[in-house]
Amino acid sequence: MEILYLLIPLSVVLVFIIGAAFWWSLRSGQYDDLEGPGYRVLRDDDGVRK
Amino acid sequence: MGQASCYHCGLPIPAGVDLSVTIDGEARAVCCIGCQAVAQAIVANGLADYYRQRDALPESPREAMPRVLDDLKLYDHADFQKSFVRALGEHEREAALIIEGITCAACIWLNERHLAALPGVTGVDINYSTRRARVRWDETRLQLSDILAAIVAIGYRAHPYDVARQEALAHRERRSALWRLFVAGFGMMQVMMYAVPAYLAGEGEMSADIEALLRWASLVLTLPVILYSAAPFFRGALRDLRLRRVGMDVPVALGVGAAFAASLWATLSGSGEVYFDSVTMFIFFLLGGRYLEMTARQRAVSVTEALARLRPAFAARVPGFPAVRTVERVVVDDLAPQDVVLVRPGETIPADGCVLEGTSGVDESLLSGESAPVTKAPGDALTGGAVNVDSPLYFRVEQIGEATRLSAILRLMERAAMEKPQLVALADRIAGRFLEVLLLLAAAVAVAWSFVDPARMLWVTVSVLVVTCPCALSLATPVALTIASGALARLGVLATRGHAIETLARATHFVFDKTGTLTTGEMRLLDTLPLGERDRDACMALAASIEQASEHPLGRALRQAAAGMPLADVSEVAGVPGAGMSARMDGRAVRIGRLAYVGEIHGQALPEAAAAFAQSDDTVIALGDDTGWLALFRLGDAVRPEAAAMLAALRADGRELVLLSGDSARVARRVADALGIATVIAEASPQDKHAYVSGLQADGAVVAMVGDGVNDAPVLALAQVSVAMGSGSQLARTQADLVLLSDRLTAVAQAYRLARRGLAIIRQNLVWAFVYNIVALPLAMAGWVTPWLAGIGMSGSSLLVVLNSLRLQRSERHEKPWKSSIS
Repeated sequence: MEILYLLIPLSVVLVFIIGAAFWWSLRSGQYDDLEGPGYRVLRDDDGVRK
Repeated sequence: MGQASCYHCGLPIPAGVDLSVTIDGEARAVCCIGCQAVAQAIVANGLADYYRQRDALPESPREAMPRVLDDLKLYDHADFQKSFVRALGEHEREAALIIEGITCAACIWLNERHLAALPGVTGVDINYSTRRARVRWDETRLQLSDILAAIVAIGYRAHPYDVARQEALAHRERRSALWRLFVAGFGMMQVMMYAVPAYLAGEGEMSADIEALLRWASLVLTLPVILYSAAPFFRGALRDLRLRRVGMDVPVALGVGAAFAASLWATLSGSGEVYFDSVTMFIFFLLGGRYLEMTARQRAVSVTEALARLRPAFAARVPGFPAVRTVERVVVDDLAPQDVVLVRPGETIPADGCVLEGTSGVDESLLSGESAPVTKAPGDALTGGAVNVDSPLYFRVEQIGEATRLSAILRLMERAAMEKPQLVALADRIAGRFLEVLLLLAAAVAVAWSFVDPARMLWVTVSVLVVTCPCALSLATPVALTIASGALARLGVLATRGHAIETLARATHFVFDKTGTLTTGEMRLLDTLPLGERDRDACMALAASIEQASEHPLGRALRQAAAGMPLADVSEVAGVPGAGMSARMDGRAVRIGRLAYVGEIHGQALPEAAAAFAQSDDTVIALGDDTGWLALFRLGDAVRPEAAAMLAALRADGRELVLLSGDSARVARRVADALGIATVIAEASPQDKHAYVSGLQADGAVVAMVGDGVNDAPVLALAQVSVAMGSGSQLARTQADLVLLSDRLTAVAQAYRLARRGLAIIRQNLVWAFVYNIVALPLAMAGWVTPWLAGIGMSGSSLLVVLNSLRLQRSERHEKPWKSSIS
């Protein structure tokens, strides 16, 4: 059961890492448009990129 | 005080700086010249109360002061002003500003008082929720830059309002709400994982140090939830307390704070119970409810934004028109009246104007609610914001920027949003009372439970605080009203004042003006009486042929009536002012016009049958040639085709209908009979109209006045709720509570139905909110509701109110305008 002393703090750290990852994705605007990218895959203008 | 900090902005005072301001007789140290100037300005204006009322420190003006003042001069430039300043009177101007740096209600107070004290400022109106200000001032006494400098002087910043900035603000709000929700949700799940062992383990099955470890882990994960996710609740509660009032956030903050403090103490001391799981779950559900509310609200108000976005950014100017057709792209702000602009199919019309060349269908649905495109030919007026559908149009710009109809519409909508309807104010007051009672009750519950079962005292009290939070109560009215005005706008009816919807729903009498309201206000051919060998159509065609080039209203009406008929071959057309027109056809002289003028050429008396026809209040003109009379035409103001349906719908709803007209009794009577209006008040001067309506009101009637003209303006102002025709006079429109953007009268009946439904929904919401609170309160007091359940209950009840209100938006699409939906 001693492993719990490692695993529980580890889970806390993991939560913060996941939280940071979500924060980054939110900041970079990944949730701003939830539909567009799905259609973009279907479009044929792959060649035109900025 | 030990470490010296600036009395104004709260920043530490740098070494060697020795500045102070005397406030309320005491010298207060400040950190920089900027702060000193600001504080002195505040005190000098007798606004030292600000320091007692504020609950957040202002941003430091240190950087901004001198440089900004130079930039402000730019705002006085007329070209720069045209997008956000409009003229009210000869010298009075009004600007829409957005004020940055407003953190609390005291800031609003400070800004309003400070600006109102400036000589030359005639009005200030600041909206706390949108941070938008409308300032009116006298141009001869004050410059806009003086006003902006005054705002800067007390430590705020003002910008001209623009939509993009506002949208960015809404976007940020959405993003931060989502992030708070995520933190709470993630914290909640993880804390629950740590809480489960404590629930499952029997007495003594878990060692004390493992239990302590789990508690510490829960604490670490609850901290961000409390400090970040729940921050808006605490901030709101703090603001309310500072202003000595009880708001929605107070019980929530109390509940969350108490539960967290108890758990924190239990964790640190290693004794007692922890409630981290309940706290996080509670915050998550509350935030979830708020997030859904916010998205619903933002969707509902998007009609206004859609209108604001109608104005395109670029326009195609044709400087050499009509000779040279080369097009240059210009920014819409650079357009000036008299410019000629080309609008291609699919493009948006950039300004108000008049068609010069081309005929095309124009879609004005967003402006007027009229779904079918309207055909525009040379000479017709175009409204900025409408979309050209079929073919290219060249038009001459007449109004630009704030002077356009689109801008006027937006301003009216803003005004409605600024005014708080009485219903909402009432609900707020009730909710405030309710909260005070609730806090006392919670205290009583805490005392009672400390005797019954001290271990459960804390969470029972928290549940009571949370479950009964009157959010639903205070949301019930504003949400429904907001959504109803959005739905009205889609019908082409603009609610320009806050109370319009509730009063319209209560209207008992609908009073109509005749000319321009129930009738089109234009000359139309009403009746034709053929007298010679030619039939009706031939006479109309002949009359239209003679009047082909006439600009007289009667001539236009005849042409319109004969549209599409083959024209007769006439020559030598000549007009005799005040009499009529003469022409020659097949070698015969033909005349059209006054009876006497036409009678001259053949010298015959009017036949018996025609004499009765000629006896009319409408205009009668004759057509004849040198052998005798050909026909008589009766022209007059025609009833709008949809008026009858609208009145029938109102009558079916049991409303009293009145026709109030300045016209002769016979004409008014005829229109009333055709439309089935029983009560007619004719030959009424504006004073008579005023007296009649106030007489109705004295008898307890709620009067809805529908009118269009200048003579209607006093009555429109007097009636409890007034509706103006969009094509009516400017004066009538500014007096009215509701404006019909299209002249589609049926919208009046639709708007009435919608307002009634809105009021019904508000009633349902209020009943639901009260029932919920009455049921939930005893349950929570008895200790049957856990805090997280209370959180769901409270969010759920608010959400139900929002969803119920959204029905206003939805059902309107299926409902046929004046057939009651039987579903």
